[in-house]
Amino acid sequence: MNVRSPDMNRRWNRKDLLGLRELSADEINFILETADAFKQVGTREIKKVPALRGKTLVNFFVEPSTRTRTSFELAASRLSADVINISASTSSLTKGETLKDTAKVLEANHADIIVLRHSSAGAPQFLAQRLKSSVINAGDGAHEHPTQGLLDLYTIREKREKIDSLNVVIVGDILFSRVARSNIFGLLKLGARVTLVGPSTLAPREFEKLGVSISHKIDNVLPDADVVNLLRIQHERQRKEYFPSIGEYTQLFGLTKERAKLLKPDCLIMHPGPINRGVEIDSEVADGLQSVILDQVTNGLAVRMAVLYLCGGIAT
Amino acid sequence: MSATIIRNGRVIDPTNKRDEIVDLAIVDGRIAQRSEISGQKSEVEEIDAKGLIVAPGLIDMHVHLREPGSSHKETIASGARAAAAGGFTTIVCMPNTSPPADNPSTIAWIKERAAETGCVNVLPSGAISKDLAGEELAPIGSLEEAGVVAITDDGHCVQNHELMRRAVEYARMFGLPVLDHCQDYNLVGNGVVHEGYWSTLLGLPGWPAAGEEAIVLRNILLAELCDHRIHCQHISAAGSVRLLREARTRGVKISGEVCPHHIALTDEAIQNFDTNFKINPPLRSQRDVDALLEGIADGTLSILASDHAPHADFEKEVEFDAAPFGVVGLETELGIFIDLLVHKHGKIDIGRLIEMYTIEPARLLRIEAGTLSSGAVADVTLIDPNLEWAVKTDTFQSASRNSPFDGWKLRGRAVRTIVSGKTVWKL
Amino acid sequence: MKDRQSTSAAVPIMDAAAIQRALRRVAHEIVERNPDLRSVALAGIPSRGVEIARRIAEFIRASEKTEIETGIVDVAMHRDDVGARAELPVVRTSRLPLPLEGRTLIIVDDVLYTGRTVRAAMDAISSFGRPARIQLAALIDRGHRELPIRADYVGKNLPSAASEKVRVRLEQTDGESDAVWLFKE
Repeated sequence: MNVRSPDMNRRWNRKDLLGLRELSADEINFILETADAFKQVGTREIKKVPALRGKTLVNFFVEPSTRTRTSFELAASRLSADVINISASTSSLTKGETLKDTAKVLEANHADIIVLRHSSAGAPQFLAQRLKSSVINAGDGAHEHPTQGLLDLYTIREKREKIDSLNVVIVGDILFSRVARSNIFGLLKLGARVTLVGPSTLAPREFEKLGVSISHKIDNVLPDADVVNLLRIQHERQRKEYFPSIGEYTQLFGLTKERAKLLKPDCLIMHPGPINRGVEIDSEVADGLQSVILDQVTNGLAVRMAVLYLCGGIAT
Repeated sequence: MSATIIRNGRVIDPTNKRDEIVDLAIVDGRIAQRSEISGQKSEVEEIDAKGLIVAPGLIDMHVHLREPGSSHKETIASGARAAAAGGFTTIVCMPNTSPPADNPSTIAWIKERAAETGCVNVLPSGAISKDLAGEELAPIGSLEEAGVVAITDDGHCVQNHELMRRAVEYARMFGLPVLDHCQDYNLVGNGVVHEGYWSTLLGLPGWPAAGEEAIVLRNILLAELCDHRIHCQHISAAGSVRLLREARTRGVKISGEVCPHHIALTDEAIQNFDTNFKINPPLRSQRDVDALLEGIADGTLSILASDHAPHADFEKEVEFDAAPFGVVGLETELGIFIDLLVHKHGKIDIGRLIEMYTIEPARLLRIEAGTLSSGAVADVTLIDPNLEWAVKTDTFQSASRNSPFDGWKLRGRAVRTIVSGKTVWKL
Repeated sequence: MKDRQSTSAAVPIMDAAAIQRALRRVAHEIVERNPDLRSVALAGIPSRGVEIARRIAEFIRASEKTEIETGIVDVAMHRDDVGARAELPVVRTSRLPLPLEGRTLIIVDDVLYTGRTVRAAMDAISSFGRPARIQLAALIDRGHRELPIRADYVGKNLPSAASEKVRVRLEQTDGESDAVWLFKE
């Protein structure tokens, strides 16, 4: 080696980011600290560093998404990686090719990092076990969405400086939410107190075994909350048996203007997006002073750059 | 005359309440008196069974052979070889083939195929409903005539209780036992793993125990109403055991069977999304495992079986959601049950274990098997209850490898399988 | 002494006093060559470069009563060997006084060796803007350049063999007394 050794990284040695459940508190903190450095890149005149130059990143979005995919694409570009986007329809999955074979083809084409969003829980893990490429989970079924969890943690840490002992309330369809799960795992690891709020069909008691509290009366938990994270609520076919109507949901659990008055002045209002204005959150509240929804998006870019740098930079 | 003497083995023959160290003689494919053999010593096959148990050929009444239609997973020939390697001389195959066994021609095809290629006795079961769709009765009378030993929609479950009632009543006139895969489709939805801690943690759709218990209860009510035997397959939940126990105490003609994976594993096994643990009904919690063990110990669950469900590698090697349910079991079930039930948990002794694989299924199916009575067909299984061995799926006789037990170290194994007096497999 | 290899001889090259003298001289040289001190800014390469920059600024403040702006230029993201290393370098947040146009930016590092770190630093700086000129101050120049890079200000020239290791220790960054060590293998 003919370069003087800089501080080497002993706090991270994973090639994949599959979820927050298996990460230690130190690993999570390390990603957040790394994200600080990458957030700064976004303030430079030239918002680009050569850290992943020559590497190829494939956004493999079997389940579609514009926001998350764009965020990963931008993060990769800022790291000087080459980006290819594949969706379910542009892949050969529709021709009957299995996920495994599709991924092997990608690897043969020198994909160094594969960002996968898939409707099946465990799909990223499935690929990570079989490929030498880094696999980043961009959302797998109802299981995890680790970069969303991380950017939520980053945002809280940015605004409140610490996460330990904060009261975080997560509202909505918890049962089917990967954002909820990643948030729960990350927040508990870093010492926050987590309360889930939603209809008992969507926030079942079973979650208490994970170490969180559950409430079905949002007005009771808002006054003590330091952070309220609202999840998008949908009433499509699969959810029709879980609650009767959007109207009733909003009535019972929506963060209306009135309910927002119950919050502490420094309580943060978060939402992973896209927002259903008037459903889980009033339009005014979404745009109000306590809302950090747009910060979440900016931070998402920094966090994803950090994750791509850490996972993609590890030599195979 | 062909003759065999099995010497010095511990003969356990539940029909005749025998458990003694004695020689067993076989002449022309039937169990014979020792005295019938003397005279032609040079042509007599001698098998040394010292330290071994000599049991009636074991019966596995829940096996998927995949023929006709899915021979890439298994054929009757390979399935029979797997059975022999597991110590089984008789297996009952399930009707969810392609085409399904809901008509006498398919049954005839299966029987012919079994006669040509099967090295063990293969007994077909027939469907309850046409196409296993749960809407119209299958031609149960013709199926009975074609030689089915039971009817079941296994793989599926008749949801319409009225239709099930009529099927049970109809089967009654033939004395045909009705077997049922207990699953309430509405309660279960698209569940893939036990609804509990792990499904919550991993965000996988849950398969609640209530989905099995509801149909077990349905079957108890119908068994009572129709006064006819219904047998609940692969019981997995504590509540099911409780319901069966209560009903059997009252004398209802209801029974239950257990598969090895349901007592060897819990839902914790699915945390790495390994599809070799994706089974229907699913692996459940420790509480359910404990209840199953109690149910076996007190006789509530009276039959052991594998639900041997082969799938090709490429079929199982996909995302968890997309993988088919099921694991192979013929070559590991005896080892698992002896190791766990007899050695580790001490829930039953080896004699009772053999009963659960011989007279219990034989009585249910009204077949002449599972006995070492004089004159009976010489289906015999030799078992070494203390043999330590490691499961290696790549040495399986089965055409498929989807087992959750690869690498497991077990104590207890069949060492020789004899069908109609002929050794079809030995270790 | 932390991380002293038991098998190799550790030769002390500079002690605390020698380091201070060298840095004071470097500070004077900077003042001498940059009559317009207000346009000068120091950019330290983490970790020790940052501390050395701080000390140089301190000397300049003491002698000229002028505040010199200092910043941090993290090079980890700009390395040309990412992916070729077994372990990943830790990235830190960069901070430079902006705008850079019209300024003389002096990169500060503890050891100048192959020049690749400095190249990465210049690459990083270019993403912030375009200073009028970039200079380099190094506490130790140990030779063996692999790129056409030279230091404008050097604390001490230390010819060394490639097999030898040069280690700088500073109280504030390493928790040990200031020293420069040469480890012969």
